[in-house]
Amino acid sequence: MLLAATLGLLVAMLLALARAVFGPTLYDRILAVNSFGTKTVLFIAVVGFLAGRPHFLDIALVYALINFIGTVAVLKLSHYGEFGASASGEHGDDL
Amino acid sequence: MSLLQSILQITADLALGAGVLLVLTGAAGLHRLSEFFMRTHAASITDSAGAGLVILGLLLRSEEFATALRLLLILLFLLFTSPTASHALAQAALGDGLKPRTGKPHARDGAQTP
Amino acid sequence: MSGWMLIDVALFAILLCSGIAIAKIRQLFAVAMLSGIFSLTSACIFVMQDAVDVAFTEAAVGAGMTTVLLLGALALTRTREKLTPTARSVPALLVALTTGALLVHASGDLPAFGIEDSPVQTHPVTERYLVSSVEEIGVPNVVTSVLASYRGYDTFGEVVVIFTAAVAVLMLLGQRAPREVRERAAPMRDRQRVLRVIAKLLIPFILLFGLYVQFHGDYGPGGGFQAGVIFAAGVVLYALVFGLDAARAAVPMRALRPLLAAGVLLYGGVGVATLLLGGAFLDYDLLAAEDPVAGQHLGILLVELGVGITVTSAMIMLFYGFAGRGIGRGVGRS
Repeated sequence: MLLAATLGLLVAMLLALARAVFGPTLYDRILAVNSFGTKTVLFIAVVGFLAGRPHFLDIALVYALINFIGTVAVLKLSHYGEFGASASGEHGDDL
Repeated sequence: MSLLQSILQITADLALGAGVLLVLTGAAGLHRLSEFFMRTHAASITDSAGAGLVILGLLLRSEEFATALRLLLILLFLLFTSPTASHALAQAALGDGLKPRTGKPHARDGAQTP
Repeated sequence: MSGWMLIDVALFAILLCSGIAIAKIRQLFAVAMLSGIFSLTSACIFVMQDAVDVAFTEAAVGAGMTTVLLLGALALTRTREKLTPTARSVPALLVALTTGALLVHASGDLPAFGIEDSPVQTHPVTERYLVSSVEEIGVPNVVTSVLASYRGYDTFGEVVVIFTAAVAVLMLLGQRAPREVRERAAPMRDRQRVLRVIAKLLIPFILLFGLYVQFHGDYGPGGGFQAGVIFAAGVVLYALVFGLDAARAAVPMRALRPLLAAGVLLYGGVGVATLLLGGAFLDYDLLAAEDPVAGQHLGILLVELGVGITVTSAMIMLFYGFAGRGIGRGVGRS
């Protein structure tokens, strides 16, 4: 059962990768990468149980936290063209 | 194996299987749905129900408290971060002028701006 | 094909596909995101090989910090890759193919996978690291004991390399944000209120987790390098959501500069202390009177702490260096 779950997650990861490659807009790609990250967290957790090594869960935990930062960074960059500034009045109240 | 243990085992397998099926559904949705805003719905299935069920399935298998605690923390952080990221992404896309396709399902008059 | 092999094949297929996509796609934002996927898949492959510490570092550095820094570099340059003219790409292809062929040919000299009399199995160093380290050092995570104690000199060199890299970046990129950026910075407004609230919830957890990884490295995957990157990632998240100025006020450069040096000094200081106590450089046995194992524990603790401090400061400095210099291109779509 764990093995089947791992293979299912791998198929899902391939699908997310395909969307990241083909997605017509940048936002499709960011969504796909975020989704890939979530699936990786689940993959590492399931493989940890499959291999009988609970220490893998630490890696999954780290990735669950770090995935967020990459997404926020790319959103900020594509919107402002830089990291330093945030929403000032004339840009409107966006990211 | 006692009755309780076999019930736990079966429930764990069911939860894991259902979770992976939902993850696959979400991934398939990324392809079948034709527009960015619709795809965020698909991604949210993975993030909430798929991840929750998979981790529930793993929780029912875990044997030590430390493992269970880590799994709960992973679930907590996934529930916090993934939907927020999708939300921020959708807000940014709206702010950039990407418009969701609205109107009747059969209307095919080029209403979407890519 | 057994189940494990199937998983490995699938992972390598994902790796190959993302690699080809990175090479073919010329929209560089997409390439930065795809390189994140590449790093994640590599981390999964390391997990399958049971190399937990490496997987940890790859996930934290490759998928988190590197993506952010790549994007920061993209802010300074164009976002669409220029096509290399064919006249230059043919010699490049020949060089790549020749090098690849040489490597494949050289790999034929490696011992067959898993045979009993390969050097890894028979050399006494393996016995020493895996078995004697339990009595000599008493730390369950052998990787940490090898990294911090048996190969302490190498790790000292690595810390100095990180220090040098941060200093070089400071020299190249400067330390102060350009004035226009500083005037414009303001925190995120209400449309992203959800993001702000969640970031506020997450940042203390990330920092706490960094501390956990730092000190738990003896018992599980972790240690100074990983902890430093995680800690820096928390500060980077704060800077991204609340503005660079707020981050520079909370974690100012005038604190980071001495911290960067303090980590290296701590590491070297432990070595000098053992010299003064009468032994070799970084011989931790002498740090605790009459109990070499306790001395080893203390030595590893201090040394990893030094590594963590330097890595944190270096990563945050790199981010500050890139973040302050964007040219404000504005909306970049697709």
